[in-house]
Amino acid sequence: MPLNPNRSFRSHPQLERCAEWALLIATTIAAAAIISILLLLIYFCLPLFTSGELAAVFSMQWQPFAGQYGILPMCAGSLALSLLALVLAFPPAIGVCFFAHSLAPPSAGRMLMALLHFMTGIPTVIYGFVSVFLLVPLMRDWLQAGSGFTLITAALTLSLLILPTIALVFHTSLERLDPNFRLTAEAMGFTPIEQVRHVLLPAASQGLLMAAILGFGRAIGDTLISLMLAGNAAQFPTSPYTSIRTLTAHIALVLATDSQSMAYRSVFASGLVLFLLMGMINFAIRRFGGTRAGNSHEKDD
Amino acid sequence: MKRINGRWLVPVLLAGSILIALNQAYCSALDNFKGLEGTISIAGGTAHIPVMNDEAKNIMTFNPAVKITVEGGGTGVGVQKVGEGLVDIGNTGRALSPEEVQKYGLKSYPFALDGVATVVNPRNSVSDLTAEQIIDIFAGKITNWKEVGGKDAAIHLFSRDEASGTREVFWEKQLKKGTVAASANIVPSNGAMKVAVAQDPDAIGYVSIGHVDDTVKAIKLAGIAASQENAMNGSYPIVRKLYMNTKGDPNKLVKAFIDYILSPDGAEIIKRHGYIPLQQ
Repeated sequence: MPLNPNRSFRSHPQLERCAEWALLIATTIAAAAIISILLLLIYFCLPLFTSGELAAVFSMQWQPFAGQYGILPMCAGSLALSLLALVLAFPPAIGVCFFAHSLAPPSAGRMLMALLHFMTGIPTVIYGFVSVFLLVPLMRDWLQAGSGFTLITAALTLSLLILPTIALVFHTSLERLDPNFRLTAEAMGFTPIEQVRHVLLPAASQGLLMAAILGFGRAIGDTLISLMLAGNAAQFPTSPYTSIRTLTAHIALVLATDSQSMAYRSVFASGLVLFLLMGMINFAIRRFGGTRAGNSHEKDD
Repeated sequence: MKRINGRWLVPVLLAGSILIALNQAYCSALDNFKGLEGTISIAGGTAHIPVMNDEAKNIMTFNPAVKITVEGGGTGVGVQKVGEGLVDIGNTGRALSPEEVQKYGLKSYPFALDGVATVVNPRNSVSDLTAEQIIDIFAGKITNWKEVGGKDAAIHLFSRDEASGTREVFWEKQLKKGTVAASANIVPSNGAMKVAVAQDPDAIGYVSIGHVDDTVKAIKLAGIAASQENAMNGSYPIVRKLYMNTKGDPNKLVKAFIDYILSPDGAEIIKRHGYIPLQQ
């Protein structure tokens, strides 16, 4: 057992009580903020439910000047973009992670992890801006389909954005694995590749799922990449070369319209869909995170 | 000098004489800023930004005690922000609707006439289209440049967001309220439109004439060039006024800013950016 770091703190019961109160207040404020956001969203969406305009919002066509306010193309766009970005980012992220954790010489592994940490700090707009001038013309000239502001362009850039998130989350879960695993495997004569393939990968399957869910959540919540690169055309993603609009970009584009219009209300419906989606993602994380406590593969601190 | 009361006279004269010595070129309209201090925040229409930035620069150079911030956001943001009292001046690229005036109690100051030009990439051989052709292109009925005399390449449509004043004018006056194909790419500002069209040899879009430069080519509408002169004499019909809007009557500093833009000095700057100044 390591020394209890709280020991000196515990000798001051008053200080401890103060800290407890401060933490409780902070928690209450945070929880109240989230609940009030949800309530506010529901309040703004209420006219949709009561006036029967719900069917108009959850329909297939967005033509605000012809009286059609469907946000389903945006829902499909958000899902397609996030899934595609996840599919593109997940394998390299896991590969990079195993390389840094098990296969690379320690110094190279540390450098790689530092690079991943650095990548998480790059503002989204930089990725978007660079892609507008480099990736968009490339995609347009190579693929000869569409304007270059397409689903695939946005997905490639977005995958670069979520790659470090996935890798870092998965790396954390690898680090939490029992080090005896590797010792045992090493003693049995497993090569590093075999260790990864037969020991670490099965043992860290929970971590894989967590990393994928978090990466997906990061992708679906992103606004700037899709706003700058996906073309914002309100249509269903029929191929990777179509321009699409995501829910987040839709909110950004329509928020400035007349606040009495149906178009404006569709923004709140989009917000509600996003909020529920993120809620589901969080629920999934809790669900799978919950089984981790009983996961015997992980070392007990 | 009549406007300034005695309390301010000494420091103002002192500062004024130094500044006048430094800035012989600026006179009359900028004098209103003497002795004033504070901030003016401006947001809204993206067509206004080049003019606002230049005027703000002149004023802040003349009197560093005045701070002016200029943000974009588009016409819709302009109405909302000034209406909610978040900024002093909300710029719009269209006249306010009666509901907006009533809801927020806004006052409008039109200051320039702006045309909206249909633009293509400079490498595009097409340089003249009829109104019907433009309507059909944006509706998605004409999908290849060869149908309008260009090379064999798919047309890439670019349009603006729903809250854009530029889009509203283009849609009403050029497209005659026709549909825009759902496959059209949507960009959120005049600047983004210019970048998109400048990069894509097969693109067509529309920007305010003030934003037209060498990177994009303005299409002639049935032989009439989308130029300042033609917008002024009425032969180019896709025009609109640019407005500044305040919530109720402006304060002294904001009033001075509006007066400066409407002054002959302000008109010069408006002209320099390709817009046509309106007489006060």
